[in-house]
Amino acid sequence: MNGDWFLSWISGAILYAAPLLYPTVGEVLGQRTGMVNLGLEGLMLLGASTSFALSVRLGNPWVAVFLGAGVGLLANLIYAFLVVKRNASQLATGLALMFFGLGVSALLGKPYVGQMAAALPKYPLLGPRSLLFRYDLLVYVAFLLAALAWVFLFRTRWGLQLRAVGENPAHAYAAGISPARVRLAAACVVGFLAGLGGAQLALGVTQTWSEGMTAGRGFIAIALVIFSRWNPLRAIVGAILFGGAVVLQLQLQARGIGISPFFLDMFPYVLTLFVLLLWGRGVRHTAPASLGRVYFGTEERGG
Amino acid sequence: MDKSPVLRAEGITKRFPGVVANNRVNFDVHAGEIHALLGENGAGKSTLVKILYGFYQPDSGTISLDGRPTPIRSPREARGHGIGLVFQGFTLIPALTVAENVALFLSKLDWYISPKKLAAQIQEASRRYGLELEPKTPVWQLSVGQQQRVELLKLLLTRARVLIFDEPSKVLAPHEVDTLFGIFRDLRNDGYSLVFITHKLREALTCADRITVLRQGQVAGSLNAQDASEEKLVELMFGEPLKEVATRERGSKFGKPILELVDICTRAVGTTPALRQVSLTVHEGEIVGVAGVSGNGQRELGDVILGLIKPTTGKKIFLSQEATAWPPARMIGQGVAFVPEDPLAMAVVPWFSVLENVALLSPKRFSLYGGLGMAWDKARAVARAGFERLGLNPLPERARAASLSGGNLQRLVLVRELSRDYKLVVGLYPTRGLDVRSANAVRQAFLQARAAGKGVLLISEDLSELFALSDRIVVMLRGQIVGEVRPDQTSLTEVGRMMVGVGHG
Ligand SMILES: Nc1ncnc2c1ncn2[C@@H]1O[C@H](COP(=O)(O)OP(=O)(O)OP(=O)(O)O)[C@@H](O)[C@H]1O
Ligand SMILES: [Mg+2]
Repeated sequence: MNGDWFLSWISGAILYAAPLLYPTVGEVLGQRTGMVNLGLEGLMLLGASTSFALSVRLGNPWVAVFLGAGVGLLANLIYAFLVVKRNASQLATGLALMFFGLGVSALLGKPYVGQMAAALPKYPLLGPRSLLFRYDLLVYVAFLLAALAWVFLFRTRWGLQLRAVGENPAHAYAAGISPARVRLAAACVVGFLAGLGGAQLALGVTQTWSEGMTAGRGFIAIALVIFSRWNPLRAIVGAILFGGAVVLQLQLQARGIGISPFFLDMFPYVLTLFVLLLWGRGVRHTAPASLGRVYFGTEERGG
Repeated sequence: MDKSPVLRAEGITKRFPGVVANNRVNFDVHAGEIHALLGENGAGKSTLVKILYGFYQPDSGTISLDGRPTPIRSPREARGHGIGLVFQGFTLIPALTVAENVALFLSKLDWYISPKKLAAQIQEASRRYGLELEPKTPVWQLSVGQQQRVELLKLLLTRARVLIFDEPSKVLAPHEVDTLFGIFRDLRNDGYSLVFITHKLREALTCADRITVLRQGQVAGSLNAQDASEEKLVELMFGEPLKEVATRERGSKFGKPILELVDICTRAVGTTPALRQVSLTVHEGEIVGVAGVSGNGQRELGDVILGLIKPTTGKKIFLSQEATAWPPARMIGQGVAFVPEDPLAMAVVPWFSVLENVALLSPKRFSLYGGLGMAWDKARAVARAGFERLGLNPLPERARAASLSGGNLQRLVLVRELSRDYKLVVGLYPTRGLDVRSANAVRQAFLQARAAGKGVLLISEDLSELFALSDRIVVMLRGQIVGEVRPDQTSLTEVGRMMVGVGHG
């Protein structure tokens, strides 16, 4: 193994980390308000298929990417409405949303399987001659976004209010915050970022569309949220780790090493499980205390 | 006073499933007035102030501010109108730091929060009001008394003009209560209006200008403090005078030791104090009092006894068996009744009903067909008998624990713990939040336990309570036992001094 190999591995890891980082950072914000969204996978697929289709049609990847993210946002409004306004179960709603996204994206993307779309332009990090470390703008933005999300969460008034809602909506309400409004806003961000992650995956990384192409990244993102202990900066580490595992597996397959490709395909996911196993032992008060709970408002508390 | 009141509530009615918590209540506060709100547990005091703060909406009735009818639809609106409330069960968020909890309440907070600046600001403010606090500590590490200080600070910094406090003195040490009332008087003289709820009649009589008493959701009377007396207030609260309180018979015939702690040390977590070389013995038929300002290791002491935390060194012996490593289940099973500092967080499942919570700790006792069913009738009978023995009105069995009033919740925990077959009862501030009559009933129950040869460890900040009940009082300061006295050989002031670390006995 030489240095070149290592550099190309790092380079690839960063590329594959970006589309994971978007949904992960979004979900960190969402879970910090107390909402678990198992529909991320569906949202990513919707973002990926619509943006891919639009890019083929319109020829402008940027417009396509943002419309794809917008579709993610719109789709997540279903989740937001059911969970926040109708007090529906977060888990059931999320799973339903996942299947909804899976189906609709397959339908929308069907005509575009195997087609070429206008991809996002790349900007080399190490000067024009190097083939490595050439990324589209959204890769750079992903890392910037994670840092900004950290500042937002831990250094701004709104971040503080958001965390308060996730810890105890009734107490946040007593402090003059509207938990419903905060959760609705957070759900919009989750939808937009998940859609953006999917769009970036389709137009920046794979540059093709195929059914179910996110391959569980929406669920990996949820695992990474736990791994990151609800901290966007640690999410960067998690995303690179998983991205690195994917790339390693691709590299090994390309070298034709005598391991079953099925095992290699499994590797990133096994790694994720393994990391959760080691890391899952939570420190007190890291997970938002109201995570997954329905908030009925003040009056019905007695029931 | 001929000025119109700052805040006036008229004909407020609020129903909850099965109770009318407020029944056509009239209440008002003037500028530059301290108004005390009294009433027995469950009388509807907290409900009333939550309505004034917009946390609950009244079923009927109006609220006027400066003479103008103003509906208050949410706490946010209340704060906009300059009304602030410190809740009875706190509204602090354990995972956030002291500074962050306070910041949540600051109306004029910059959008960017600099932790350093915020900490300095809060440190400065806490010093100004004589409330010692460490801004960067996460709130879950604080004792209940410290949490109360954070709540106070929160409200003082919002600069509301009507400040409402739901039982502010409940968890404060005597000297802190003095500080608090000093702050109240200063604010009143600056023209603020203050409302506070209390169960201590003396506090209402000494600090308030006006006193309103609620009974079963209705105003039983409202009078100026000069015209009030303890007897009058008791009469208004309960409709009858208090019964004589039995006192402890002197003379000690202790039996064998029940609990022995030998040189217990624990690890400090964050800023919570570690226990250092704590040795303590409770005998059969003995009440041992632990005096101290809360946050000096009392909670840790309780946790060690119950087995929630393991000591780093030292030994715990329970009923002559080495019990240092016993988990809570075993301690409870072997006969420890435990009344924790914060019942809602540690003693009950909030969304379980009263009955389910009663049955919670003795599933075996109430199980049918080898655990396949529950003998609810039996649990019901035990609960009823428990309330009766304490001379308290039974609570509605189906009410969820979270919906109980603060005092009723404390009653529930006490009744459950004292109905079990126990050998040692550890009570952390057991009469906190209870009205005068229930507090007396509980003290009575402790004396009965003593007479029946059980051991009692009574952790309290209320020195007169400790003096009335204890055979022996140890004083805790910064995780250590700094003195041991007999109530008949010392004075309240002496022990008070030891509690804050001045002088030594
Ligand atoms: N959210 C709620 N849901 C149902 N019932 C409630 C709720 N809040 C209060 N209650 C009931 O209303 C009654 C009055 O309660 P409240 O808390 O106002 O009493 P309180 O006067 O503050 O008593 P304490 O001195 O014990 O704090 C009680 O019977 C209580 O169980
Ligand atoms: Mg109350």
